[in-house]
Parts: sequence; structure tokens; C-alpha cells
Amino acid sequence: MNIWSNLRHDRIGMLSLVTVIAVIVIGICAPIIAPHDPLTVNMSLRYNGSTWSYWLGNDQLGRCILSRLIYGIRPSILLVLWILLISIGIGTALGFIAGYFKSKVDAWIMRICDIMLSFPGYVMTLAIVGILGVGLENIVIAFILTKWAWFARVIRTSVMQYTELDYIRFAKASGISNWHIIRRHVVPVTFADLTVIASSSIGSMILQISGFSFLGLGIQAPHAEWGMMLNEAREVMFTRPEMMLAPGIAIIIMVSAFNFLADALQVALDPRLHQSASTYTSSKKWQVRI
Amino acid sequence: MSIYIVKRMVLAFLLLIIISLITFAFINLSPLNPAVVVLQAQGIPDTTEELIRQTEQQFGLDRPFFVRYLDWGMACLQLDFGHSYVTNQPVWSTLGPAFVNTFKLTLVSSIAIMIVSVVLGVICALQVGKKVDKTVRGIAFILTAMPSYWLAALMIWYFSVKLDWLPTSGMDSYRSYILPVLIITISYAGIYFRNVRSSMLSNMNKDYVLYGRASGLKESVVMMHILRNSLQVAISIFCMAIPIILGSTVVIENVFAWPGLGSLSIRAILSRDFPVIQAYVLILAISFVIFNAISDMINAAMNPRLRNGL
Repeated sequence: MNIWSNLRHDRIGMLSLVTVIAVIVIGICAPIIAPHDPLTVNMSLRYNGSTWSYWLGNDQLGRCILSRLIYGIRPSILLVLWILLISIGIGTALGFIAGYFKSKVDAWIMRICDIMLSFPGYVMTLAIVGILGVGLENIVIAFILTKWAWFARVIRTSVMQYTELDYIRFAKASGISNWHIIRRHVVPVTFADLTVIASSSIGSMILQISGFSFLGLGIQAPHAEWGMMLNEAREVMFTRPEMMLAPGIAIIIMVSAFNFLADALQVALDPRLHQSASTYTSSKKWQVRI
Repeated sequence: MSIYIVKRMVLAFLLLIIISLITFAFINLSPLNPAVVVLQAQGIPDTTEELIRQTEQQFGLDRPFFVRYLDWGMACLQLDFGHSYVTNQPVWSTLGPAFVNTFKLTLVSSIAIMIVSVVLGVICALQVGKKVDKTVRGIAFILTAMPSYWLAALMIWYFSVKLDWLPTSGMDSYRSYILPVLIITISYAGIYFRNVRSSMLSNMNKDYVLYGRASGLKESVVMMHILRNSLQVAISIFCMAIPIILGSTVVIENVFAWPGLGSLSIRAILSRDFPVIQAYVLILAISFVIFNAISDMINAAMNPRLRNGL
């Protein structure tokens, strides 16, 4: 694998990859790894500092902060990956149809994308949550509905660029079925762009999801989620500011890891970027920011 | 250019109509009967069939969809967004001032973002690859990975509680602006300064710079030429930033208890006050479309190559 050997030489990229994989595994195996039950309230341990049995101390209800962080990986990180997967799936399917077949289908899909993108993302999410009610499922629905259009557009551009190439034209002219051309000749080359947009939008999505939980619109108490933990910590911000540290740092580590990984992947997929003076800037061309 | 402006305005107008239709339909997509929501919001626990019918008639909810849409659209043009389900006050009487407050915050932040990104972008481009460049980019990388509300909370704790320099919340004097503007600037300038930097860098490699240097122009004169060309990016950043920030101040407003649209919308969502949500979505979507159109036109005016894109 060319990508892999390129990536292996990028130390920060590898470190990020290891962090990401480790956190995902910890999140999946949360019940085995977490030292305590994240929901067990123990008022005698309120605001306890770090101890041997509670590494990161206890929160305002005496719950184990470390265990809550570990369980929080599920809604904060794993859920974001699912949302990304689904919205990229929809975006890719429509982007491929639009970019490959062009003509009327393309025009229709792109008009719908234009309309979707003409609503600012935050407002759209708030609108959907406002209609459907507060809760994590509705945030997920809102995110999928607002994100797919962006992916569809980027993937369409990428597909179009490749279908203009001679070898695709030749394949079409020689009567190979569309499905076969897409599968064998278009998907592999657009895969690079797909990886880059996927990995570079994870960071901002993690921030947004935790932001909505922080506002109290996402996951509901007593479940652990990083944004939710910060929301709870905010209530005691003036007396116990240290409660903000653990979840905040967890978010920063994960978002930086995903961002570094996105940069490393982009360089690994397109080594020419490595030589140019503006590696940093060019790698941000797909960054989603709403 | 005038053809471009007309085309762009027609497009914006069509988008506005579609947006208003979607916004209106949104409320009707809700699983809850609006009449029931009204009654619940007014604190009437037992909703009988008769009471629901009565409320439906009172709010005109029993008429056909398109009749209601047209009525609603005409009313909205006169800034009449109906009455809040919760307080029974006209929506605009609370939404109008809130919009102005949010807009003030947005405007100040966009100016700050533009200045900071240009200054940092130019410094980094001049020092490319050196220590300053690397440090600034490294710090920007970490700052953009921070949840803005987290940073805001830490800053409130440090500057307002511990040092007691700045107000913790509200919008009383110019000092209330400092922290929110700082946080918004940090979260966006970290992205936009890269645009300025890369624009400077690509301009530095252009032929006109080589020619200028070859014909013996002073380095400061050459730099002025590069700077002038890169300032286009700054203006487009400013135009892009306004609609984006307008729609995303929700979190920051909430942390600082800023009396703007963000705080208002969250309250409306939590109490399911549909007319307020509807008006909020509509107003923000409209300003988004208008500012995007303006920013496209300004960009097209500065860069004629963009005019064919429509």
C-alpha cells in the first residue's frame, strides 16, 4: 500500500492514528475498561480530587469522571463517525449520480444541494431540533440532513473531473456498462478525495455535536457526553473551574488528532503536496466550517 | 458586470421564496399539533377536542396550507411574524432587538477577524518557514481544535471572576464585547489567516513580482504590490464571515448571556415556541442569502474571472 508507506513516515500522523484507534477501541469496550459505573451517584465523594480508585476525581454528584469520559466516547466520537458515514454515503451516492450522468439529474440534485446549503448549518440544525424536539436522535437526524449536501457537491466535482479523463471516455466508448466503469475506474480514484473530506470534517463535527449537547439540546442527563459534562461543569464554573478541564482536554485531543490525521492522509495520498511551501493551507481546502 | 448582478439577484430572490416555503412547511412537519402546543405553552393541562378546535380557529390553523402560506408570507413582509405561543407578545417585538444585538456582535467580530487574519497572514507569509510562521500556525492549529464555549468559559473564569477585569455576561458597555469578540475571532481567524497567507505566497511567485524585482524596484514597493493583490482575500473573508458568524453565534451568545438571537432561539426551542423558531430560521436564512449574494457580487467586482461562474 502506497498510502500506508507514506503515512508511516509521518510521525505526527502516526501518533494521531494510534490515538484515534485507541480511543475508538476504548469507546467500544467501555464496559470492560471503565473502572466504575458512569451513572452511579455517590454524594459522599462530591468534588473529590484524584485518588487511586478515581483517577480523575468525582463530579458534582460524586460520579467517576474517568468512567464518564470513557462512556462519553460513544456519543462524542463513535456517533460522529456514524453520522459521517451515513451522510457521506448519501452524499457519495447522489454526488456520483450527478457527476457521472450529468444532464437533468445533475441539475436537480445540485439545485437541491444549493437550497440545503443556503441555510446556515447551525440554523438548520436548530430548526430541525426545534421542530422534532430536544434529544440526541434529533441532533443526529439534523446533522445528516444538513451535511449530505456538502459532501454530494464535493464528490460531484471530484467525479466530474475524472469522468472527463480520456480513459473513462474510452471505457464509455467501448461499451462497458456504467456500473462497471464507476466501480472499477471512478470509485478508486475518487477514493482519495473522499478520505480527505471525511477525515477533515470529523474535527469540526465533533466540536459541533458537543456544542449542541453543551447547549442542552443534545443528549439528556444523566448520560455521559463530553459536551454535556462541560454543560454540567458550567453550573459550578465559578467555584470549581477544574471540573471543566477533563472533558475539554478530551475534546481538544480528539479534534487535534483527527485534524492532524486529515493533514497526514492528504499528504500521504498526494505526496506532491509535501514539497509545496503551503502544505498547511492546501490541506485545508476541504475543511467544513459552518 | 451588470448582467452578473441581475443574475445573482434573481437567484437570490428565487432562493428566498424557496426558503420561505421550506420554513413555513417546517412547522407543519412537526409531529405535534400546533394548537396543542399553544395550549400547553399557556399552561392549560387538559386539552379537550373542543378546546383544540377553538384554538385552531383562533390562530387560523384550520385553513388550507397554501392559503396559510400566502397569508403568512404577506404578514412576514410587514415584519408581522405572529404572536409567541408562550408570552403572546408579537414575535418581532422580541426578535427585532435580539437581531440587532446579534448583528452588532457579528459586525465587530468580522472586523476583528479581518484585521487579525490579515496581520497574521502577512507576517507568516513574509516569514514563511521560519520560527514565527511555524509558531503562529501551530497555535492556530490547537486553537481551532478547542471548543469555543470551553475557551469562553475558561476566559470568563480567568478575566471576569479571578481578575475581575471584564463583565461575565450581558451587553452593558463596550467592555462586554471584548470577551465574546475575542472568542469568535480566535475560532475563525485561525482558519482565515491561512487564506491570506497562501494568497500572499502564491502572489509572491507570480511573474509580476519577478519582473518588479528584476527591474530594480525597491523591496518595499514590490511588497506593496503583493499586499494590494492579497487584500482582495481580506475583503472576501470579511464578506464570508458575516453570514457564517451570524448563524453560529448561538453557543457564544449562550455562554455570555448575550441578549441576541442565539439565546432567544434556544429558549424558544426548549419551550417549543414555534412562531419564534420559525421567524428566527427565516430571518437568519434571509440574511444568509442576502449577505452571500452581496459577498459574491463584491468578489465578482474585484475578480472578473468569477463572473462567468453563474
